[in-house]
Amino acid sequence: MFKQKTTEQIKAATRKTESGSHAFYNNPKYRAVIYQTLLIAGLAYFFYTIIGNTLGNLEAAGIKSGFGFLGNAAGYDVLMSLIPFESTDSYLRVFIVGFLNTILVSILGIVLATLLGFIFGVMYFSRNWLIKKVSVVYVETFRNIPLLLQILFWYSAVLATLPGVRDSLSLGEAIFLNVRGLFIPKLVGQDGSTLVYVAIAIAIVAIFVMKSWAKKRQDETGQQFPLLYASLGIFFGLPLLATLVAGIPFVVDYPVLQGFGFRGGITVIPELMALTIALSVYTGAFIAEAVRAGIQAVPHGQTEAARSIGLKEGKIMSLIIVPQAMRVIVPLLNSEYQSLVKNSTLAAAIAYPDLFNVFVGTALNQTGQAIETIFMAIIVYFAVNMFISFVMNRFNRNVELVGR
Amino acid sequence: MIKISSLMAGGLAVGLTLGAQAATLDDVKKRGVLSCGVSTGLAGFSQKDEKGNWSGLDVDVCRAVAAAVLGDASKVQYKPLTAKERFTALQSGEIDMLSRNTTWTHTRDTSLGLNFAGTIYYDGTGFMVSKSLGVKSAKELDGANACIQAGTSTELAISDYFRENNIKYKPVTFDTSDQTRSGFESGRCDFLTSDQSQLYALRIGLKNPSGAVVLPEVISKEPLGPVVRQGDDQWFNIVKWSLNAMIEGEEQGVTSANAADKAKNGKPGNKRLLGTEGELGKNLGLNSDWALQVIKQVGNYSESFERNVGSGSQLKISRGLNALWKDGGILYSPAMR
Repeated sequence: MFKQKTTEQIKAATRKTESGSHAFYNNPKYRAVIYQTLLIAGLAYFFYTIIGNTLGNLEAAGIKSGFGFLGNAAGYDVLMSLIPFESTDSYLRVFIVGFLNTILVSILGIVLATLLGFIFGVMYFSRNWLIKKVSVVYVETFRNIPLLLQILFWYSAVLATLPGVRDSLSLGEAIFLNVRGLFIPKLVGQDGSTLVYVAIAIAIVAIFVMKSWAKKRQDETGQQFPLLYASLGIFFGLPLLATLVAGIPFVVDYPVLQGFGFRGGITVIPELMALTIALSVYTGAFIAEAVRAGIQAVPHGQTEAARSIGLKEGKIMSLIIVPQAMRVIVPLLNSEYQSLVKNSTLAAAIAYPDLFNVFVGTALNQTGQAIETIFMAIIVYFAVNMFISFVMNRFNRNVELVGR
Repeated sequence: MIKISSLMAGGLAVGLTLGAQAATLDDVKKRGVLSCGVSTGLAGFSQKDEKGNWSGLDVDVCRAVAAAVLGDASKVQYKPLTAKERFTALQSGEIDMLSRNTTWTHTRDTSLGLNFAGTIYYDGTGFMVSKSLGVKSAKELDGANACIQAGTSTELAISDYFRENNIKYKPVTFDTSDQTRSGFESGRCDFLTSDQSQLYALRIGLKNPSGAVVLPEVISKEPLGPVVRQGDDQWFNIVKWSLNAMIEGEEQGVTSANAADKAKNGKPGNKRLLGTEGELGKNLGLNSDWALQVIKQVGNYSESFERNVGSGSQLKISRGLNALWKDGGILYSPAMR
């Protein structure tokens, strides 16, 4: 009796399920849409509550909120700015000044780190014992010391021990190096300097045209063209010619010791130098390892084959090995570049006025609006790194193995 | 960097966890220890010796509050904070009060959700230059580099001053005051600018203190005082009146040595202050001997001043503005009755 009833129940249940399986919410197509909608609605509610809660709590605690402060005058000065900046300018402008300084140190760091990384990465494969060991020592030293320590080392132990302003190291009384930084002459364009800028642009275009022409010729006839020398010749020759034609339309603005320091010329502050050196040397060590990994990923047979057709060692590297190694190197480079940008926030440890220092540091403190400033900084670093990712992924597609 | 991450965490914590700020007094009593934000090290105001003991004028405010609330001035947990971190730490509830040479400004008082509980030291922005420069006035500093601490009111004061006088400077802004000093020493900047009291403190730390001079100009008002969160009036009152008890103690001639005696045999005013008469302690939610403990354990304002920044210290700062109102200064406690 009992057993019978159970069977009945099971049957009933089965019937229910069967009829249920035809319901629209069990249809895989609709089900997916429903769950996704629910998830999005849930997330939206989550953020809505969090934001509402935050604003409510801030108000309850008497803390000002909102982005209105961005229009107010900042009231403080910034050490270095790529655009004109005065203390009467707004917090928004401080934000831009800091952003540009972050971008500047990032670009310098990425270029130098890549150079260092490729040089030391390739040096590892040298047959010369000394050169190989130099590469190993470089990588092992700078990869294993915390970056913050390296920044402080360059800033406090190296650059801060340079001579004072009045005892500057000087090169031909034109370039000066002291504890305040590096002072170099600046070329100031006069009337007619436009011609020179045009010449530079033409030279760059000409080099690209020449490159594709040389490649085409080599493909057709097998004849090689001394591309490097020709490029250098055009790049320097053409603007030089234009300068002479225009009657040298430049004056040199030399740094001159006056009052408390040097005026005129270009000043490279020691904070920028220390941060750039530390970031590029540190990241360069990682890139060197990436380059080594990439090169080692190319089968040795490639080298042997290249040797057997009589290519020189240098050519083997540049024509056979590196292009194939790039497949491995580029994705690694992507993350190294992103790390470099994020690591640039360590500028706060020395006085380099990057976004983190002037905005998240001083602006946050002067306005007290922690959430807004940190939110803006997060968005910036996120966006910059997304951009790097985008560019590197495009580049990656170019070096990827083409499937046939 | 720990500092940065704590700043971030603090920023988020302010928004997310800061609900209704319940009674800080109950929290402190339950914990049995007062959490007090101080500087990362500033001679005379808040500094740590080799044994890890904190001392200074700002530290004495923490100790006074601990004595009033817990009856024991040593029950303080000190949180060293940079100028950049200090307000976030207080807003997020990481500390119960901030006593870190902090200038009382309108913006800070009204837009940060904080309250200033009084003034422990009347200060002003000044300049320290190397003697060898031969500078006599700040107006001669056109084109000079300045070492400043980031996130301070000094950053604003100096910008105003140079604009008003139509001269230029380059600010090198460091995170801690120690860094500003080493920047000044290495020659990175021509002058160091900060609150004058700090300049004297930093000057002592130089390798060659006599090689630097503090210029006579004082270019701004910088009243320094303890800060608490807005919205907890009882706690605000406790900090405010602990500070006033020290000032009132000096005015009445009550010292750490004679406080116990004055409580028994003193004038009616002494007895009211020290809790043998009246209900001042009860009104604050404290024991009746709250002020007695403050003065007995920490001392009155004069004792604390002389010990930390005055004649009994290396700084040798004279009372100046910080003398009592009847001695030519502007120090004044509201009536203790």
